[in-house]
Amino acid sequence: MLNLFPYDAKVDFFGKRYYAYALSLFFLIASIVSLSTKGINMGLDFTGGVVIEVGYNKAADLEAIRAVLKKNEFPEAVVQYFGSSESVMIRLPPAKTGNQNQLADHVLSVLKTEDAGVTMRRVEYVGPAVGKELFNSGGLAMLVVLAGLLIFVSLRYQLKMATGAVITLTHDLIMVFGFISITGIEFNLTVLAAYLALAGYSINDMIVVFDRMRENFRKIRKGTEIEIMNISVNQTMSRTVITALTTFLSVLALYVFGGETLHGFSLTLLVGIILGTFSSIYVASSLSLDLGLKRKDLLKLTDKEKLVDHAP
Amino acid sequence: MNRYPWWKNLLIVLVLFFALFYALPNIYGENPALQISKRNAEIDQAAVDKAVAALKAANITVKSAGIEEKDGLIQFDSTDAQLKAVNVVREALGDDYPVALNLAPAAPRWMLNLGAKPMYLGLDLRGGVHFLMQIDMQAAIKTALERRVDGMRGDLRAANIRYISADVDNGTQIALRFPDAAARDAAIAALSSKYPELVFSKDERNAQPYFTAQFTDAGALAERKAAVDQNITTLRNRVNELGVAEPLIQQQGDDRIVVELPGIQDTVRAKEIIGATATLEFRLVSGTPTDWMDAQQSGRTPPDARLYHEKNGQPVLLKRQVIVTGDRITGASSGFDQRSGSPAVFVNLDGQGARRMADITGQNIGKQMGVVFIEHRSETKMVNDKPVKEKKVIEQVINVATIQDQLANRFQITGLDSPNEARDLALLLRAGALRAPMDIVEERTVGPSLGAQNIQAGVNASLLGFALVAVFMLIYYRVFGITAVVALGVNLVLIVAVLSLLQATLTLPGIAGMVLTLGIAVDANVLINERIREELRNGLTPQAAIKAGYERAFATIIDSHITTLLAAVVLFGLGAGPVKGFAVTLIIGISASLFTAIMVTRALVNLIYGRRLRLTQISI
Repeated sequence: MLNLFPYDAKVDFFGKRYYAYALSLFFLIASIVSLSTKGINMGLDFTGGVVIEVGYNKAADLEAIRAVLKKNEFPEAVVQYFGSSESVMIRLPPAKTGNQNQLADHVLSVLKTEDAGVTMRRVEYVGPAVGKELFNSGGLAMLVVLAGLLIFVSLRYQLKMATGAVITLTHDLIMVFGFISITGIEFNLTVLAAYLALAGYSINDMIVVFDRMRENFRKIRKGTEIEIMNISVNQTMSRTVITALTTFLSVLALYVFGGETLHGFSLTLLVGIILGTFSSIYVASSLSLDLGLKRKDLLKLTDKEKLVDHAP
Repeated sequence: MNRYPWWKNLLIVLVLFFALFYALPNIYGENPALQISKRNAEIDQAAVDKAVAALKAANITVKSAGIEEKDGLIQFDSTDAQLKAVNVVREALGDDYPVALNLAPAAPRWMLNLGAKPMYLGLDLRGGVHFLMQIDMQAAIKTALERRVDGMRGDLRAANIRYISADVDNGTQIALRFPDAAARDAAIAALSSKYPELVFSKDERNAQPYFTAQFTDAGALAERKAAVDQNITTLRNRVNELGVAEPLIQQQGDDRIVVELPGIQDTVRAKEIIGATATLEFRLVSGTPTDWMDAQQSGRTPPDARLYHEKNGQPVLLKRQVIVTGDRITGASSGFDQRSGSPAVFVNLDGQGARRMADITGQNIGKQMGVVFIEHRSETKMVNDKPVKEKKVIEQVINVATIQDQLANRFQITGLDSPNEARDLALLLRAGALRAPMDIVEERTVGPSLGAQNIQAGVNASLLGFALVAVFMLIYYRVFGITAVVALGVNLVLIVAVLSLLQATLTLPGIAGMVLTLGIAVDANVLINERIREELRNGLTPQAAIKAGYERAFATIIDSHITTLLAAVVLFGLGAGPVKGFAVTLIIGISASLFTAIMVTRALVNLIYGRRLRLTQISI
């Protein structure tokens, strides 16, 4: 029988929780510092503007492209490779004059003067008003997810656990934001989707640990809270690590083969999975402990719980 | 003993069967095809036969041809053949048969009849254009008021009530001035019953009696709704004219319209046609060329005329009264004037338009008539770093001709620059005018090559993801790994089947959702298998451990999956475009995994170990 994590391990997770807090705090501060100084590289979806991806049949000469764009009234164009040297992404801020939605066609005709072999691969134009709306609905989605998870965990488990879970989730999400900020990943709708999926994943991990704690508090009559929580975490450790690993592997496939469009998406998920795993082991349970979680909090059964837990 | 009741096994087999059946069309793929429709009618077999004959003459191999759901469908072996064929068929059938590039499912007929179709690929996978258009509601209200002012002028003339002027103020209200209060009151009495959607209020300005009229709330709402509906109809007509198969045109919010055109090649033209507001007006010419020059220099025009310009800048005076507007045009085709050989548009008018045209041209033989080309354009300019929309109305006289004879319902217009301009104008006239101008506020265009590349990326990522997870599970859990991997495969087939059945749009983020599901779905099996291992360690017999493992892990699995589902559902509800695709596959995948990871693996485990009474060891 293969085992990633020895089943009879008795690691004292909670005794060492202050080290974990310190580590968390360090990353949190780093994230907040980066977020407040460097900020987030907001993508086209939220800022508005024009992005054009063009393909060449040979390696593209970025300098030549920049030069020809500069000469033709596009001095603010940001030009960079996109995935390969044959593919170039050009980003323009919202236009000062003229008809915004014709910019892309105009840029393409300018590029054709430099190299006739250029082909349009993708154009995205988002008007400033639409960008603002997408941003607002994204923010709303995030709040609704957080609120929904808080309600779910407090109904199914216990308010102290729910508070611990939501604080942990916020902690995870701030760190992922910090990661996005530090690496300069473009934050667009797809990355937002990864971000919200992470919220679900992170809570999912905590719930498995919580579930076991509840079971053990009822089953094991002796022992302090810390001891029982340690046992629970040790027991679920294998599962937590293996699930993290399988999810990590599938996202890794996306990172390798998914192409440039999914790059930010998969990178965000990869880091988020590692963070979520760490925090569900350490932060979530430790917090509920420090919030004063007691055995008796979990012994009261509601009717609904009786039903579900009745399964032998 | 671990056995499933017979009905559970049957249920699993049935679900598997349906999943395989509805996922199968995706393996057949799609053939490049041409979709031929007939304007205002259903297509007839003769037209399809004619097209096939023309293709045969041009040496293009046809794979199959027939009529499906009111449209002719000709399938080909390769995209090359399809692209060559489109011009051949267009020439053979002429203007009345719009021809569109399409992809036809290659699955057998009987399958398609049972609703088994391949997944509907989003624009990022098949290439195409997505537009979000915002209707200018202010302009819609303004033109609605203008139409009513025109009507009121006629009504007052008919009722013999004198008025001094009738205009639209600020684009928000109608203002009519009268010589005396009695005339005004009579006018209000006559008009208010005729225009119940307006509120009339009396006033006096510079000692001159007048009234203003504004839309009631309900009236304005009806106007807005009408603007959206009419614009959607017009867009639909235009898109059909462009030859786009499976376009999506729908309202979003109060004043926006989404237009999605899959597989379109010439995006620049598509944008021009969709956003164009061009229409025509026919007016009688007023005065002589010397009057026109005078009016240009002095800036004064006769009260019943307005100053226009021709394309070359020449001034020309036209009567204020319109003979016929573009709305009266029922048909238009492009071609060449037989005498001069210059590009021309042949126009058909409806009954009312034809009568007016006949009346007025009949009374004015020997006089001149002008054709005015009208186009609304809006440009965004930055004023003090804030985007400000500027509206421009371009009104050009494209043609001034002497009325030789009484015109009726069909006549031709010349004065266009190129055959292309004639073709586009004919298209716009056929499709009808937009009720209100629109702006493109969001555009996403994906070229066909990038679409194919995205599909490849998605397929590769799915395969690698599956392989990595499968290898890990097999090594780690052995026989129980096999069951988990089979369940994972079934899960994938189920996602594809449900997506095909719902015809939900599959996007690249959607594929990402599928790959992510692979990783998350085995979580249930990890939970179960770890639990079984634990129960074994606690000293349970293998059979008892299997039973306990599945049962005790159940509640945990449900709880933990609900959280991921919750996030996915919110994402679906609040997310836009590509994100929705991600949410859909995640929701389907996680729901399906509850079935596959719990029931399918259990059935397999029961099959392998369930009947053995003296089971001493299991491979986990």
